Amino acid sequence: MKLRSLAMTVALATGAVWTSAAVAQAKEQFFPVLPYRTGAYAPNGVPWANGYADYLKLINARDGGINGVKITFEECDTAYATDRGVECYERLKGKAQGSVFQPLSTGITFALTEKAPGDKNPLITGGYGRSESSDGGIFKWNFPLMGTYWSGADIIMQHLTKKENGNLKGKKIALVYHDSPYGKEPIPLLQERSKMQGFDLTLLPVTAPGVEQKATWLQIRQNRPDYVLLWGWGVMNSAALKEAVATGYPREKMYGVWWSAAEPDVKDVGEAAKGYSGLVATGEGGKVIDDIKKLVHDKKLGTGPLEEVGSTLYNRGLVSAAMAVEGVRRAQDRFGKGKVMNGDQIRWGLENLALDDKALTKLGLSTVMKPISTSCVDHEGSRTARIHTWDGKKWVYSSDWIEADSSIIKPLVKQYAEKYATEKKITRRTAEDCQS
Amino acid sequence: MFYRENGQFKTSYSADQQIFPITQDRLGVLILIALAFVAVPFWADEYVFRAILIPFLILSLAALGVNVLVGYCGQISLGSGAFMAVGAYAAYNWFVRVEGMPLIACLLLGGGFATLVGIFFGIPSLRVKGLYLAVATLAAQFFCDWAFLRVKWFTNDSASGTVSVSDLQVLGLPIQTPLQKYLFCLSFLVVFGVLTKNLVRSAIGREWMAIRDMDVAASVIGIRPMYAKLSAFAVSSFIVGVAGGLWGFVHLGSWEPAAFSVDRSFQLLFMVILGGMGSVMGSFFGAGFIVVLPIAINQVLPWAGDLVGIAVSTAALTHAEQMIFGALIVWFLIVEPHGLAKLWSVGKQKLRLWPFPH
Repeated sequence: MKLRSLAMTVALATGAVWTSAAVAQAKEQFFPVLPYRTGAYAPNGVPWANGYADYLKLINARDGGINGVKITFEECDTAYATDRGVECYERLKGKAQGSVFQPLSTGITFALTEKAPGDKNPLITGGYGRSESSDGGIFKWNFPLMGTYWSGADIIMQHLTKKENGNLKGKKIALVYHDSPYGKEPIPLLQERSKMQGFDLTLLPVTAPGVEQKATWLQIRQNRPDYVLLWGWGVMNSAALKEAVATGYPREKMYGVWWSAAEPDVKDVGEAAKGYSGLVATGEGGKVIDDIKKLVHDKKLGTGPLEEVGSTLYNRGLVSAAMAVEGVRRAQDRFGKGKVMNGDQIRWGLENLALDDKALTKLGLSTVMKPISTSCVDHEGSRTARIHTWDGKKWVYSSDWIEADSSIIKPLVKQYAEKYATEKKITRRTAEDCQS
Repeated sequence: MFYRENGQFKTSYSADQQIFPITQDRLGVLILIALAFVAVPFWADEYVFRAILIPFLILSLAALGVNVLVGYCGQISLGSGAFMAVGAYAAYNWFVRVEGMPLIACLLLGGGFATLVGIFFGIPSLRVKGLYLAVATLAAQFFCDWAFLRVKWFTNDSASGTVSVSDLQVLGLPIQTPLQKYLFCLSFLVVFGVLTKNLVRSAIGREWMAIRDMDVAASVIGIRPMYAKLSAFAVSSFIVGVAGGLWGFVHLGSWEPAAFSVDRSFQLLFMVILGGMGSVMGSFFGAGFIVVLPIAINQVLPWAGDLVGIAVSTAALTHAEQMIFGALIVWFLIVEPHGLAKLWSVGKQKLRLWPFPH
């Protein structure tokens, strides 16, 4: 008797939870999050994840969701491991009728690129992932918004060219990179540029996670390159800076990609990293940061510590979340305001983003990002970034916004995308497909 | 009562030499295979297929291969990840470079190349033993990591060193949906499982075990250590290579050398140690333990936290998962140093006496 009543209660309770979940689901847009708060890359992964989560909370707290549709989200820690990332993707994918994924790992991006088309889930890889996936005609579901590694490498090279008064001929440039798909991404573009501009490119791989770099810096000491480009992540960045200090390589000649030039990378090195520069694609401060402080952190809803709000990687996470939210909002414009969007609809939204200065000001984002406008063929949207330099205590901007040179990148994207398409037997999307 | 071989008389040699001489075992395995082929597809959803069952099947296959070498022949190897990588990349090269090459042939050829590499890196086993051999096989791991990262030819000159395959099919049947992939991997596992089970009780399997138990005594009674050890390396790396091909082709679809890093080698070795050395069944237990348990902990903890009203944060969850998992490994090694397979055979012994234990 007792057992039976217990079983009844459990059954009823489960039923109640089930139905309430089903009812709730009808008006909630689910955002799966694949961060890494553990593992070797956690120091950089955590601020990104906090920015991501805080922005989603802000949209709920300030706007009451996207046109009234509340946002729910769930995190699944990948620890930057590809197989765990795939597991997390599969797990979170089932929790909604499709949504937008952002793995923050080039390795996981490669694996998910194979799975996303079948599941009809768009993949935003803001500032990372496959560079050739900016060609939306072939990569229907990939969105390397706000710059790929080719754009990033191109911007650094433009900056260096300008610094050397337009001539890099005979200069020696070394790329110190994380020996993974992430680190290898910029190589084709740099090779292309080295052919064009006549500089000498040396490739120096560093085995992941990059704590041990003695051999690499010995080579740098022997070669004395004019510039060192740093393509590291996590602990590799601070290790590289420490090695540079140890070998006496001037930090002023080191340039990092946007994943190698944030607060966690230089914090431990402090004063010794002074002069080190890197790319940054986001801005700082402004309305959105104030709103987060006021509406999320002051209400004790903040995800991370307050002092982290507004830091480089935090803003990167914030902008990444904003892109996903704006994709949904744009999709709602077409498929019905106040409705829950599925993966295919969000894909259309991301493909038709048109956020000019005015729209960004309205959203409070104008200080943290540049205007972006995507299309069916251009999934990148904007390819601008600035250089900022570490002054020993904080990052200060040391260049204007620089736009990547599409005359170099476009043919390269086309060539690699076509190669992918032939390998995969994909045909380029037609004009009708772009409308869908 | 239910599990007793009394009254099962063998009247012919072939009946006596069956793979599973006890009727209950035979029926049990048949039912298990039938369930895996027929019932599981009805029950499992896409998540279970793609995130749990397919990795479990493929890593079971790999663990089976490692078990041949480590468990049956006693040669500790830390190069299993490398042999998986060789299998995957060799299969990939056959797949993209030879037009119209059938998938199964690619995978088996990948296994063939892994065999060659395995034999080559098995040569030190003729001179060094035990932990020293483990270090020697580690060379295979580093060499293969290096080769697949640096030699562009292996990765078909892809810019980032990542390769991918698509459009998999067998005799016109596509291998696309999770169910198809599951059945494909399951068929491989069943075939290799039965073959291995058969192999380890044959003359060569007995030679391996003799070498494992005492190599000097084995060579005194006429077992050639070179032949026995290298054949164990060959068989083991063939199976591991095929598993590597499946891992790349079927599970990941797109992979980089990091998918077969030294971590994978350790993982496979732990599967064998935890599951049970020298036991085919143990490979499955070990793979289940290492693949399924962390995911299960990761899913159960937030739910358990909800029950007592604690919200578990993402980072805490992962840390807790690793701690619990580590503690369980230690606990299992203490209560059953011979692995989970030993628990299984103890259970069978008990069943044999049940309900009248003496």
